[in-house]
Amino acid sequence: MKRVLETKEVSGSPNWLLTRFDALVNWARANSLWPMPFGTACCAIEFMATAASRYDFARFGMERQAFSPRQADVLICAGRLPFKLAPVIRTIYDQMPQPKWVISMGACASTGGIFDNYAMVQGIDTIVPVDVYVPGCPPRPEGLLYGVLLLHKKIKGESLAIPGLRDEQPLDAHGLRLPPEEIDEISEPFGNSIHQFRSS
Amino acid sequence: MNPSVDALRATLGTAIGRAQEVRGDTIVTVESSRLLEVMRWLRDTPGQRHEYLVDVTAVEYRDHERPLEVVYFLRSLERRTDLRVKVELDPRGELTVDSVTPLWAGANWLEREVYDMFGIVFAGHPDLRRILMWETYAEGYPLRKDFPLRGRFSRAEQVRQALNANPEAHYSIEELSIAEAYDELPAEMRERLRRGQRGTIPESE
Repeated sequence: MKRVLETKEVSGSPNWLLTRFDALVNWARANSLWPMPFGTACCAIEFMATAASRYDFARFGMERQAFSPRQADVLICAGRLPFKLAPVIRTIYDQMPQPKWVISMGACASTGGIFDNYAMVQGIDTIVPVDVYVPGCPPRPEGLLYGVLLLHKKIKGESLAIPGLRDEQPLDAHGLRLPPEEIDEISEPFGNSIHQFRSS
Repeated sequence: MNPSVDALRATLGTAIGRAQEVRGDTIVTVESSRLLEVMRWLRDTPGQRHEYLVDVTAVEYRDHERPLEVVYFLRSLERRTDLRVKVELDPRGELTVDSVTPLWAGANWLEREVYDMFGIVFAGHPDLRRILMWETYAEGYPLRKDFPLRGRFSRAEQVRQALNANPEAHYSIEELSIAEAYDELPAEMRERLRRGQRGTIPESE
């Protein structure tokens, strides 16, 4: 009988106290996400609509838009990202303190969209890690709000016990976030654009 | 036909090539070596007074035999007329044409854009650098017909070069509007600006 009552302690696994604490911390984090708007194109217009009174994402604790990355929790890349802006968004991401998340808003930020050309980053996940992708061209405010709610869900599933979850992920020796083969694979053309001429 | 064309022919004769009228716009082809002379005449002569340079751009045709064209859009605000001036350049030869910045200061960035996109060199330009692509961009001139749509390098290489570019290197001190205050800046900032003035890809550390 005594054996049954014994709790099984595995080192590193969360106990009751930690999971309760996780729930509290995650509740606080999810409900006070300060967005860093990185608006580069038409998605930023929808982003502004989302922030304005009709859709009002202040309802989700995003009242204060942090135009300084130092005070931001979630980077929302709204719009296409040209290669010229790649070091800029990476610097902004690096400047944000942990915990931090990234929402890639719209087709262009997520995949390069219709801009499958020499000047455009084919998905910001080749530059910074992305938590939620919001599809659409541009997504309606409801779409972005749904993305934010998905991010809430994701945050509420996190645990302080997961090792390395909130570690910084610096660029590697080549100055890349992902191995080159992976970037090439992510950037592969799709849809109609596969019929276009490709050099490499 | 725009009366400027006949006046041009009468004054500068041999410098003027074909002239044609397309949908109400007059296009004059000018010999590239005498471009500055023609432009100065068009700007300064009473009765011409094309004091506004609207745009400078270039055209490359799919037909390899056709020359590259540098196009100048001129407008006379006083007389409310437009004139389009073209210079033809042999794509197999040297792509050089005189800069019109001595006549219109506003041509500065327009010519930089043409240089950036087509690789046409404007002789006498005060600050001929890339303007849209970053300064260490090594893939060539994107709007040329021989430039592949997705660029010459693999995507991974493009990302690597982009991430290693120094964003501050895109701006000259003049563009940051602090040229005059330069000496009063902190030494550390001056050093940073000096380093950022011309971009290089840093070696990975």
